[in-house]
Amino acid sequence: MENLIREIGVPLGRFFGRTTATGAIALLFAIILGVAFVASQGNMSTFSITILSGLLRAALLFLVAAGLSLIFGLMDILNFAQGAYFMIGAYLAYDFQHPANGVIRIGEAIPDPNLRFLVGVILAVVVGGILGVILERGLLRPLYERPLFQLVLTFGVSIIMLEFIKLIWGTTPYAWTVPITIQTTQFEIFGQGFSAYRLFIIVMGIALMIGVALLLRNTRIGITIRAGVEDAEMVTALGINVRAVFTLVFTLGCALASFGGAVAAPFLGATPSLGATYLLASIAVIVLGGLGSYEGTAIGSIIVGLAWATMEQFSLFSNIGTVWSSITPMLMLALVLLARPNGLFGEER
Amino acid sequence: MTSLLQIENIHTFIGQFHILEGVSVDVPQGNITVLLGRNGAGKTTTLKSVMGITPPREGKVIYKGEVLNGKKTHHIARMGIGYVPEHRAIFKTLTVKENLEMAAREKNDLKNSLDLIFELFPDLKRLIDLRGGNLSGGQQQMLSIARALVPENDLLLIDEPSEGLAPVIIEDMMRAIKRLSDHKTVLLVEQNFHVASKLADSYVIVDEGHSVHTGTMADLRNDKALVKRFLGVA
Repeated sequence: MENLIREIGVPLGRFFGRTTATGAIALLFAIILGVAFVASQGNMSTFSITILSGLLRAALLFLVAAGLSLIFGLMDILNFAQGAYFMIGAYLAYDFQHPANGVIRIGEAIPDPNLRFLVGVILAVVVGGILGVILERGLLRPLYERPLFQLVLTFGVSIIMLEFIKLIWGTTPYAWTVPITIQTTQFEIFGQGFSAYRLFIIVMGIALMIGVALLLRNTRIGITIRAGVEDAEMVTALGINVRAVFTLVFTLGCALASFGGAVAAPFLGATPSLGATYLLASIAVIVLGGLGSYEGTAIGSIIVGLAWATMEQFSLFSNIGTVWSSITPMLMLALVLLARPNGLFGEER
Repeated sequence: MTSLLQIENIHTFIGQFHILEGVSVDVPQGNITVLLGRNGAGKTTTLKSVMGITPPREGKVIYKGEVLNGKKTHHIARMGIGYVPEHRAIFKTLTVKENLEMAAREKNDLKNSLDLIFELFPDLKRLIDLRGGNLSGGQQQMLSIARALVPENDLLLIDEPSEGLAPVIIEDMMRAIKRLSDHKTVLLVEQNFHVASKLADSYVIVDEGHSVHTGTMADLRNDKALVKRFLGVA
């Protein structure tokens, strides 16, 4: 196996290493789309659904990875609890939508399932944000000078959050059974149906990618975040309370992950393994994109999301088993790092 | 002359290392005061102690009559102290304009300061949309000083402005610092004695974490023995 990796990886690394980030991205997209086409056996409807499923994964990955990347870039903290926030969002949205099966049952007050879902998503965002503030202000702040302790702390918090969820909702996975109207609406693409709700998540994910990019590029707070990613000490020396910026970014990152879990719940349900799956894939995304690079995270989400869905389709087509699709994010990460050790847009750290 | 900044016998540690073991500096209003000394003497740490980046454990830092000890760095900066660190620390992925915007504290700070900035550093005008990382060393140094001029700072702490620059650029930089001292008080760290002697009104020599000599620059220029002993310059 080691020899195989060397035989494939070294020449691939030499080739990729000489290419620009744009060239490497174009090549990766070409490979993924090519494999997706082959796995779809040339059937355009299967191919389109595979690509749309990939973009759906990309949108969800982005919601977890964006916070992870901004928090890491600005504060040098790899927040292992980010996946747990995604999971909490899913459970809260589920519980709010299904008061009959739920534990908290506060959704009972709203009979309309569409409105209930909307309020559930808002609740998930607010709870995610509050838990984010508590984690950053209460636990992480005293450990800013001790990076290893932060890593252990966020990992510990993620385990505590998972155990709390199991305590409240148990270990049985919940499937979404009270649909919202947009979920039941289908549109046809090359003769095959695709849920309008899933399309909505894709569009929203892309809109968020662009929206966050515009915020980082054009607003005062965005410029401060970009400056802080480069040199937080200098930002402070210019008279800016960088700790307040840390809190804001951490809170938004956690709220965004929680939002991701809430909007994913209608098709992923609520399960205790949700957090770990998306956390690991998101770590692959931010390392593949280049640590601390927002563009890298956005493009990395799309690459990993598409590769993931393509591998799922390829597993069906070739009968190689589903394990390959679940390890796809890590395979993509290994492939990119072999060629570009700092990721697609990363600088040497 | 009234003191704008007084550093009184400060002791600063970095980790367990005792870096400053008693540094005192008096910075008169409207003057350029230079900290001189060999590499590792404690000059940069003195500036960082004023800014609260490496806060002193003992002694006092007094600015405009107010004790700075215990205050956070961003509070100290907002009291009117501009910091131009060693190696410039400009934001490389931000444009020149964004770098300047970062320093603005009030809405009109940038607008009000641009005339002075472009007068001192005319090159920055044409480079305004370029990323910081694409500037030359001299241009980065100009930007770093210009950034400290955006808000209404009364005191500038400038660390090694001539470091790594070509002689012709150093001349430009010196002219700019001399000119900006019409408006601001400056505490300068400079290894290049010739640059320091042309710019400064008064000096403090820092040696192994202690301030060992102070006086006017005119006196120091005539004391060749002292210059040779502490600065190694003949």
